[in-house]
Amino acid sequence: MKKIKGKAWKFGDNIDTDVIIPARYLNTTDPEELAKHCMEDIDPEFFKKINKGDIIVAGKNFGCGSSREHAPIAIKACGIACVIAESFARIFYRNAFNTGLLILECPEAVKNIETGDELEIYPEEGKIINLTKNKTYFIKPLPSFMKKILEDGGLIPHIMKKFEIVHQK
Amino acid sequence: MTLAEKILATKLNRKYVEPGELVEVSVDLTLANDITGPLAIKIFESTNIGKVFDPEKIVLVMDHFTPNKDIKSAEQVRTCREFAKKYKIRHYYEGGNCGIEHALLPELGLVGPGDIVIGADSHTCTYGALGAFATGVGSTDLAGAWITGKTWFKVPETIKFIYYGKLNPWVTGKDLILWTIGDIGVDGALYKAMEFTGEVIKKLSMAERFTMANMAIEAGGKVGLIEPDKKTIVYIKNRFKRKPIILKADKKAKYADIKEYDVSKIDLVVALPHLPSNVKLVKDLSNKIFIDQVVIGSCTNGRIEDLAIAAKILKNRKVNPNLRCIIIPATPNIYYQALKKGYIRVFIEAGAIISPPTCGPCLGGHMGILAKGEKAVATTNRNFVGRMGHPESEVYLAGPAVAAASAVLGYIGTPEELGLKREN
Repeated sequence: MKKIKGKAWKFGDNIDTDVIIPARYLNTTDPEELAKHCMEDIDPEFFKKINKGDIIVAGKNFGCGSSREHAPIAIKACGIACVIAESFARIFYRNAFNTGLLILECPEAVKNIETGDELEIYPEEGKIINLTKNKTYFIKPLPSFMKKILEDGGLIPHIMKKFEIVHQK
Repeated sequence: MTLAEKILATKLNRKYVEPGELVEVSVDLTLANDITGPLAIKIFESTNIGKVFDPEKIVLVMDHFTPNKDIKSAEQVRTCREFAKKYKIRHYYEGGNCGIEHALLPELGLVGPGDIVIGADSHTCTYGALGAFATGVGSTDLAGAWITGKTWFKVPETIKFIYYGKLNPWVTGKDLILWTIGDIGVDGALYKAMEFTGEVIKKLSMAERFTMANMAIEAGGKVGLIEPDKKTIVYIKNRFKRKPIILKADKKAKYADIKEYDVSKIDLVVALPHLPSNVKLVKDLSNKIFIDQVVIGSCTNGRIEDLAIAAKILKNRKVNPNLRCIIIPATPNIYYQALKKGYIRVFIEAGAIISPPTCGPCLGGHMGILAKGEKAVATTNRNFVGRMGHPESEVYLAGPAVAAASAVLGYIGTPEELGLKREN
């Protein structure tokens, strides 16, 4: 995975999926359409303000609420490269994984990051650098099972790979 | 082992599973709706696999934006309908057979004790009331299960919740679960299983048990489980066709935490905006909170027992002229029962609006959207920013008694304020 460099956009605790993508926009599965309304109810200008490669930084329980996979899809499609949070709600965590949105759990980093800070992330090494504040943080490595899913390019490619192996036998 | 561990171990044909362990299990049932279904279908079809693992184990319920609220929603539903036809999925619900998924599936006997269920809807945890390990997933996880018939879980740690004492008048399972979430917070059970036990749980109706399990997700829980007992067996009789697997937690099971509640100290509650954990006793509200709308329904509180409470309060009373009171029977069967029992007549005479079964206003979809600044009391499950409409509208969560009483009063209040008494 490539290095990520971008600006931080900081949010608080319990950012729920209704705020990430309001249900009134769920009559489509089109990522571009969903992206336009990402975070709209908490920051109506969010989609316009951010640049490709920027990073969402949030507190506890990010992505709580509904199981809508439209939430990580909207975040990814609007150009956000990664979400760093103190913790993630479990369905969102799985969904982000499955849709290829990079998420990192790092309470220490979150505490010191403010909106506008320049961040550099090395996903392979689990390293987050706050260039503005000149601080470096490391995250816990993923379980190998989950790493395998990521290496295969997500859950579906992972399943298909296993499926083909079974068929060859 | 705890109940969650026991269900997983049984399904894996193992003596033991340990919290933290990653396991791959076969699923007994998978569920999607008109929002998450189209996305799962898109993902599934992109693999060109051409075959679902078992059409009998797939349920598609078109309940969120139905009856179709706009063209795009109608097209999403069509995608699901065609998918159901293509893969011979019998359990497809759209028209007059359609209800709110988490009320409908247990009613039809599609889920039962010991099952492992994944649903692309976060309130799939409702079936924990039957002793099923049931949890919400996203569309990709669901599509994965449609291919393999399996899914993976991290075996969760369990928190045990024990309820004892005498319930106060009008207090129901909704008050107990809101109180619990208020105590532990919206991430108080994050990644964990919640096990609801104690003498009070044994006395609760199945409807109230469904309400409690339903809101496990609002505390971050993976599952909300209740041990099957005689009431469960009576409920699944003549509904559930497979052989139920009745499991109980071991007395020596290890819990991450044990919480005890004396329910005689819990009175009617309301969760203030914008978190379900923002819980207050209604009698402790310092100011009168005037409201614009009341919603009685949803997968949390749209069952006949909930409508019975509303009917008792609304009988020979009028909905306050300053608000709309929307009542949503959760399934056609519940609607029919309400008709036979005379509740529908009571509601109409009181000036309430009767909606067809739909999730509708709960998620700000349709059938009761709030304008800027409007306030609603709802028996639903979430009061996040913008949940029922405008981002500056507000949702107050409560049980059916507070919702119905508030509909008459015009502000958030209790049946006692209407001079109503109830023996529990």
